[in-house]
Amino acid sequence: MTAPLIEGLYREGDAIADTAAPDGPIAEKWTKHKFDNKLVNPANRRKLDVIIVGTGLAGASAGATLGEAGYNVKSFCYQDSPRRAHSIAAQGGINAAKNYKGDGDSIYRLFYDTVKGGDYRSREDNTYRLAEVSADIIDQCVAQGVPFAREYGGLLDNRSFGGVQVSRTFYARGQTGQQLLIGAYQALERQIAAGAVKMYSRHEMLELIVVDGKARGIIARDMVSGEIQTHLADAVVLASGGYGNVYFLSTNAMGCNVTASWRAHRKGAYFANPCYTQIHPTCIPVSGDHQSKLTLMSESLRNDGRIWVPKRREDCEKDPRQIPDEDRDYYLERLYPSFGNLVPRDIASRQAKNMCDEGRGVGPKVGDFRRGVYLDFKDAIGRLGEDAVRAKYGNLFDMYKQITGEDPYQVPMRIYPAVHYTMGGLWVDYDLQATIPGLFVAGEANFSDHGANRLGASALMQGLADGYFVLPNTIRNYLADGPFEAIDAKHPAVIEAQDSVENRIQTLLGINGDRSVDSFHKELGHIMWEYCGMERTDEGLRKAIDLIRSLRDEFWRNVRVLGAADTLNQSLEKAGRVADFLELGELMCIDALHRRESCGGHFRAESQTEDGEALRHDDEFLYVGAWEWGGEDGNPVLHKEALEYEFIELKQRSYK
Amino acid sequence: MATSTIDAGKRPKTGSILLKTVMAVSGLIFVGFILAHMYGNLMIFAGRETFNEYAHHLREFGSPMLPEKGFLWVMRITLIVALVAHAGSAFALWSRAGKARTTRYVQRKGQWATFVKRSMRWGGAALLIFVVFHILHFTTNTIQIGGDYDNPADRLLNSFGVWWAVLIYLFAVACLGMHLLHGIWSAGMTLGLNRSLDAAERLRLTAILVAVVVVVGFALPPLAIFLGLIP
Amino acid sequence: MKLTLKIWRQSGPEDKGGVVTYPIEGVSEDMSFLEMLDVLNEGLIAEGEEPVAFDSDCREGICGMCGVMINGEAHGPERTTTCQLHMRSFRDGDEIVIEPWRADAFPVIKDLCVDRSAFDRIIQAGGYISANTGSAPDAHATPVPKENADRAFMAAECIGCGACVAACPNASGMLFMGSKITHLGEFPQGQPERDARVVSMTAQHDHEGFGGCTNLGECSRACPKGIPLNVISQMNGDLLRAQRHRS
Repeated sequence: MTAPLIEGLYREGDAIADTAAPDGPIAEKWTKHKFDNKLVNPANRRKLDVIIVGTGLAGASAGATLGEAGYNVKSFCYQDSPRRAHSIAAQGGINAAKNYKGDGDSIYRLFYDTVKGGDYRSREDNTYRLAEVSADIIDQCVAQGVPFAREYGGLLDNRSFGGVQVSRTFYARGQTGQQLLIGAYQALERQIAAGAVKMYSRHEMLELIVVDGKARGIIARDMVSGEIQTHLADAVVLASGGYGNVYFLSTNAMGCNVTASWRAHRKGAYFANPCYTQIHPTCIPVSGDHQSKLTLMSESLRNDGRIWVPKRREDCEKDPRQIPDEDRDYYLERLYPSFGNLVPRDIASRQAKNMCDEGRGVGPKVGDFRRGVYLDFKDAIGRLGEDAVRAKYGNLFDMYKQITGEDPYQVPMRIYPAVHYTMGGLWVDYDLQATIPGLFVAGEANFSDHGANRLGASALMQGLADGYFVLPNTIRNYLADGPFEAIDAKHPAVIEAQDSVENRIQTLLGINGDRSVDSFHKELGHIMWEYCGMERTDEGLRKAIDLIRSLRDEFWRNVRVLGAADTLNQSLEKAGRVADFLELGELMCIDALHRRESCGGHFRAESQTEDGEALRHDDEFLYVGAWEWGGEDGNPVLHKEALEYEFIELKQRSYK
Repeated sequence: MATSTIDAGKRPKTGSILLKTVMAVSGLIFVGFILAHMYGNLMIFAGRETFNEYAHHLREFGSPMLPEKGFLWVMRITLIVALVAHAGSAFALWSRAGKARTTRYVQRKGQWATFVKRSMRWGGAALLIFVVFHILHFTTNTIQIGGDYDNPADRLLNSFGVWWAVLIYLFAVACLGMHLLHGIWSAGMTLGLNRSLDAAERLRLTAILVAVVVVVGFALPPLAIFLGLIP
Repeated sequence: MKLTLKIWRQSGPEDKGGVVTYPIEGVSEDMSFLEMLDVLNEGLIAEGEEPVAFDSDCREGICGMCGVMINGEAHGPERTTTCQLHMRSFRDGDEIVIEPWRADAFPVIKDLCVDRSAFDRIIQAGGYISANTGSAPDAHATPVPKENADRAFMAAECIGCGACVAACPNASGMLFMGSKITHLGEFPQGQPERDARVVSMTAQHDHEGFGGCTNLGECSRACPKGIPLNVISQMNGDLLRAQRHRS
């Protein structure tokens, strides 16, 4: 009865399909679907409870919108305030098909660019909807008082971003994420004041409650008092962000974690494309073992900076200003003459790694290698003058100087790729509903819109699209059948969830081994970065799986978590998150292993063209890989959702 | 929920900004009074007769429309009300600030702001005591320095022949200068006059100018008298 | 480098708390201040002592979660957030005193962590524009002069870290509040609720137990985003205007 074990690692289950997706012409699907979805009588809404986990762009905007609609919302975040969610750190901008510049942009073009940017691994209808609601997002944000950049005439300014040929990116200097999040946060606070939303800050979701196959609530820990609380509802929305911190070093915030998604996965929600990770090419390199996180610098720097490494290894220690032009290798300009320094993120990242692997990296040695390449503004300063460069990039240069102590006006910057965004996430249908009925997933936590790579300035767009416009219109179709039967706090499913959380906490506190949580996290991150990072090989991934398994085994024998359960205990919080990362890491490697193609953000060494470029295999891998939890000692089960391209023609990327 | 949820009706106690506004307005009344007072003091340079004439006219100002000393009493009552409002608000804010941080820092960087804060509070308290002394000295003639004289000019000239009287007055003038330096800036802030970096600069210069004029204008008569420059 | 850390330890809100001295070695000047504390904590865990609790999240100076008093200065000697302060700002052999923000409106939770939910409640009192999702007109329907948009953005840069309160001799939250009132007050969209907003928010501020403003400017000097004092003046002016409109 059980399917055979493949590669000794996983089984293949039945194919799945997005049954919620409507038929018809793509431009009419969303309108039709909104009409077809059931409505909830306003008088009934206040009888319906919705839990939202996470207060980033998706969670805060969904909370505000559902609160406005009249539902009873409970909102959770692990930070001390919903305003801290990591959406705040996004710098560049937000795309919208407004065509305010009259340069030929349209919903269809944004849809096309997003699908192409995702290397043809996203769903057409979800992506089209994203492009369709993008314009409404800008209207909404302006009405809320988001201070987008404006021109002297008082109208909104746009810039071109991420290598696309139209100017459709709205921005607020280098702090677009901050301004959009504060807008959503204020809308959420307004609903909190109105009593429509109840906010639980410094609360962490530790388990999903599933009753009769439906998501009916969560177990959360009050991170200040340590109290384990049960919250029941008619539907649960996860907007808990991505899992880039599985790599330990990433541009994610310290607290970003996969626990909410992973707990749901263990309760039956499929996890789709876990190996799809975006590596951002322009981050400040690691300076030593103490490093706790990586800082991104806007990609716009590549518009004027030139990337190079020394031609000879022996020059790597030299002061870069002493290396003459003929001894520099402007490798992106050499390899990709037509795109040069503006090649897509994945190519820029991978080539930087290749240069460092060749021993031509620069900056301090971390381990055996120097991990950095130069991003040089000497020519730009010569051409435009220092003042013009300062006007364009002043805040980024200041930030760089603050962190590294080096002045980029004098010395070339050093950059290196870092994990930035995870396109994978919980599998959802067109309604953003996971495989557990009543569980909805929004923003970076779901998988649906970005395929195998994400276009620049699209993460903010997706978070707000899901939260403001999509989820509120799809969740009603589910809630219209509610309110569902009240659940007793003594229900066996509730007790089971509570007990499992309590037991896990007691186990973590009771191991009292020799190693700190961070040391496990760092080691896991190292394995993931080495073998499941920018470039992956069959052999490396198998090795990683073994390493992760033994690390996980050691974790549960040898971790040291001090302090008590009934107080603020940051080691305990981290321990629970790392325990989940240790399980996710393995699944990511299995997913990466099974996908024998180079696609989007990741490069599979066994799948390349003659001249070393990424080679996709649409014949074999044109599907979403949705993984079902195989049980504590079982193996994950792969369910394939075939991707159909009805409106866009599949093409192999070329940037030569 | 559809409607605006801002509840403007919520008012727990007199807002601290309202208290600050009371301080600003009453403080500005004092600034006006002080400038006029200074102008009067400087008349001593025009000779005893002129000074006595000025003091006399103050009593008969507005006569016959006002009774004798009528104008003086209007002024006095205004100033007393302003004083009570100013000091009362100051003490209320002082007490609230104390309650806002009941656990002190183990270490605090020596700050200019802390110095200014203390100079406003303790300097302000010192001025309050001085005003009482000043009234007992020149207005009611209860405290007599350098002998008892029945005309204002003689009282002035003889008092400031005494070195410690000069010192007390100079100290008070210094306190007043400091108080004005921050007080005028602060009043401008409270009344919403600082809306830009340029406006801040103008406000700061105004405060410095008024403070310097007041210090010089008030310090000149006692110093000149003490040095025997006025016959 | 080698340092002596004097850190405020407090096991919970009820505990009296006190300063504990920790020597630390091998600090690199490339470390951020919080990474230095990470290293200290790893050492404490190895010795079986509970690590020092402190808040931080994005560690790139934008979320506002971190913030401690360092040698008597909010966020330390540079104008930046604690997470962006690097150890090159210190010298070998330095003694560093680390304390939580101190204000009765920000009660200490544990060690260096404080509860800043008072700021959220001030925003709840009116720090928003009431615009329901889906009700917005086209974004270009109302042009906004660039000066106003730029000033709004400048004020909107506030990250809500609380350094202004921590640095203020009166523990006042006026810079935080003034920046929000200025941000929203510069937009045409913010006008309908402008009066109600300032009245309600300032009332909530006082209700939370923050001190009054004495215009000393310490807040602005400590602000990692350099928000100028004039946002407070603008708020004061708005409040006077609101009172006039009322009467």
